[in-house]
Amino acid sequence: MSLFRNIVLAAVIAGLVSGFVLTVLQSYATTPLIVHAEAFEGESEEAGHSHSHAHDEGTPAHDHGEDGWMPADGAERFVYTAGSNMLAGIGFALILLTAAEALGTLNGWRSGLMFGLAGFLAFSLAPGLGLPPELPGMPAADLTARQVWWVSTALLTAIGLGLLTYARTPAFAVLAVVLLVAPHLWGAPLPVSHDTAVPFDLHARFMAAVFATSLIFWALLGAIAGALQTRLRSGEETYSNGATEPVR
Amino acid sequence: MTTKTAASALGASTTKIIPLSMTALLGLFVVGFVGFSHMEVVHNAAHDSRHSLAFPCH
Repeated sequence: MSLFRNIVLAAVIAGLVSGFVLTVLQSYATTPLIVHAEAFEGESEEAGHSHSHAHDEGTPAHDHGEDGWMPADGAERFVYTAGSNMLAGIGFALILLTAAEALGTLNGWRSGLMFGLAGFLAFSLAPGLGLPPELPGMPAADLTARQVWWVSTALLTAIGLGLLTYARTPAFAVLAVVLLVAPHLWGAPLPVSHDTAVPFDLHARFMAAVFATSLIFWALLGAIAGALQTRLRSGEETYSNGATEPVR
Repeated sequence: MTTKTAASALGASTTKIIPLSMTALLGLFVVGFVGFSHMEVVHNAAHDSRHSLAFPCH
């Protein structure tokens, strides 16, 4: 059970730290743009094409939560975003460490960093190629269809990167490239119309900010998770191949 | 040499299967909850996080 305990402990610490750092970065880089875009959200809805399901005149829009609870702007919103980012960080770190330990190549923060960068490619860049980071008020295809494409793309990219790195035969390399390219040939679910009241330059700045902050988040997550997991493991490992280097 | 490492890797991996599948499931559950849950309250709490991590939102 020590493997389970070590991974959970390392993932929780890595997720908390990098999730918090991400929240601070976002509060400068992305959240102001989200708040700005929310001002246009009403206009887009009036145009009537921002959502997959139409409502009758009197029906309140229930998929935006304007009728439901949401954190108040300011400190409360920051706290809930921080909590969500930390939870997401813990979840991503669990997946990252599981993959790293299954492959058996995790040794120190540097290899953790490599897994973090792979995580960025699989969970951020690859899904983002087909489904660019959206601002509120932007038209999009059916939510479930997009979620299915997002998850499939992340999974196939992760497998593809793994094959490319660990299975060093030409056949597997070809298969890896096929897996990496397939979701983009298949294509992400697109909205019927791209009309939106959100200005293009706002969206462009948002996309750049999302990828930049995500890259830092993933790099930090991988490096911390890798360092901690290696340290926890070496602390209890009496048997080894004799090749384990001391980890700083 | 090669067979030994292969065997030890295999031996290690069988004892790893249960804890690693548990951590994988836990991780997928947490990410799914934060990023993909259709629940109204979860969506609103994680709203900025979802947008900023490029999860499909709305």
